[in-house]
Amino acid sequence: MFVLVPMVIIFAIAFRPALPAGGIGTGWSLNAIRALADPSYPALFGRTLWTSALTTIACIAISLPVAFAMARLSPVWRARALLLVIVPFWTNFVIRVFAWQQILHAEGYLAEGLRFLHLVGENERLLGNLTAVVIVSVYTYLPFAILPLFAAAEKFDFGLLDAARDLGAKPLRAFLAVFIPGIRQGVVTAVLVVFIPMLGSYVIPDMVGGTGTQMVGNKIAQRNFTDRNLPEAAALSGALALLVLAPMFLRRKGKQS
Amino acid sequence: MKPSRVPFVTLVIVLVFLYLPIAFLVMNSCNTSRFASKWGGFSLRWYERLFERQDIIAALGNSLKIATAASIISMVLGTAAAFALERHRSRLQDAHRLLITVPLVLPDILMGMSLLLLFVSLGVSLNLITITVAHVTFCLSYVALVVQARLQDFDFNTVEAARDLGATKLQAFVKVTLPLLAPGILAGGLLAFTLSIDDYVITYFVKGPGSDTLPTLVYSMIKKSKDLPVINALSSLMLAATFIVVAVSQRLTRPTPIRD
Repeated sequence: MFVLVPMVIIFAIAFRPALPAGGIGTGWSLNAIRALADPSYPALFGRTLWTSALTTIACIAISLPVAFAMARLSPVWRARALLLVIVPFWTNFVIRVFAWQQILHAEGYLAEGLRFLHLVGENERLLGNLTAVVIVSVYTYLPFAILPLFAAAEKFDFGLLDAARDLGAKPLRAFLAVFIPGIRQGVVTAVLVVFIPMLGSYVIPDMVGGTGTQMVGNKIAQRNFTDRNLPEAAALSGALALLVLAPMFLRRKGKQS
Repeated sequence: MKPSRVPFVTLVIVLVFLYLPIAFLVMNSCNTSRFASKWGGFSLRWYERLFERQDIIAALGNSLKIATAASIISMVLGTAAAFALERHRSRLQDAHRLLITVPLVLPDILMGMSLLLLFVSLGVSLNLITITVAHVTFCLSYVALVVQARLQDFDFNTVEAARDLGATKLQAFVKVTLPLLAPGILAGGLLAFTLSIDDYVITYFVKGPGSDTLPTLVYSMIKKSKDLPVINALSSLMLAATFIVVAVSQRLTRPTPIRD
């Protein structure tokens, strides 16, 4: 009894996020669904996927050596490094994006330095483009990628690497051919926990991106708050939800077989 | 053979990369100059300005109220959920587990949107209570996970022993189970508190007019480019608060030494 009653409540609450396209009351119509055929939407979804994919690849590429290095530290330093990776993840997200907005600002030291080195043109901006969105996204999701990779790397038998080297593999080759397959499960988790939330990214493109970097999330917010068109926002959310749930179900299928 | 230095160097660079923006922010909060890019000397004037802002104080109050309520409710429900997950295994539980873990990865914007639609279709007016309900929805999952991790090494024989010695179910729960699980539950609650205080996206979707929390207020200030140095000062204080909470929860989650 003690278990059952809260369970029903939890079911009720946990079900809420699973109902993205709930009805809105005033009759039924397919207008919102039809609005999805808007010619700008394929590009929007394409851009969302592309930005998310870039961020995910960058996060994984950076996190792999980090997880490797962390797993090889002594237990005390390992715990410290882990804490250092986690703390920024608990600090306020809006604040961190705001910090980046200031760093990348046109009159900031970074922009001036790059201009001085002639790495960026005189009128080129660091904010408002895809690079800015990806850099800040990588910054935000890096801890998400490091944690599962580290958890997997910690269980990895490093003797295998020595064996690979004894057999003549160069360090990089041993890393690619032995270490990465060895922590495959961690890599899959890391890809999912970066890629899926990235698809729903809204704050980062809104704050450091420009009109050319809008993602589905921005469109949903715009439909919602600027146009006050809830059904259309809901239809977009529904499409996004399908996009998000697909990889999750694929993974479950893969696990079962 | 000498191990490669590359991974270690990457680790150090990544840590610097993670903390640089935070350091930059704190540094700027003490900058006299209005412009983030120019260093004008040390001052605490933005902190003074911060405490003159009534709207910020009010938003902070809202944030604290919501976070407190949300963390208490999700502590209760999350613990119950963890018990259900740990003690009863069936096909239903698989579905239950999925429902608990989905909010962990579901993009915030979808949670926000679905909750907004739910409230709108129920005809509930948006206010602090809707924000609290929304926060409970996502905090719950985290609390359940933390408590469940604790339950995995929990010795249910202690409860059996209490029952054998004549304790009622309630007595056994209050006197044996709860005290043993308290550190895990509290850690989950703290986690819920920080998540609730930090949340922007979901809050933005379900907040009604006039009920700003700290993150939504900060966001709208940033969007309007209003009083940016004040935001730096505010951010620094929020960062300090987060670090304290993390330090406390670290102590709580540290595994308790085994006693004889």
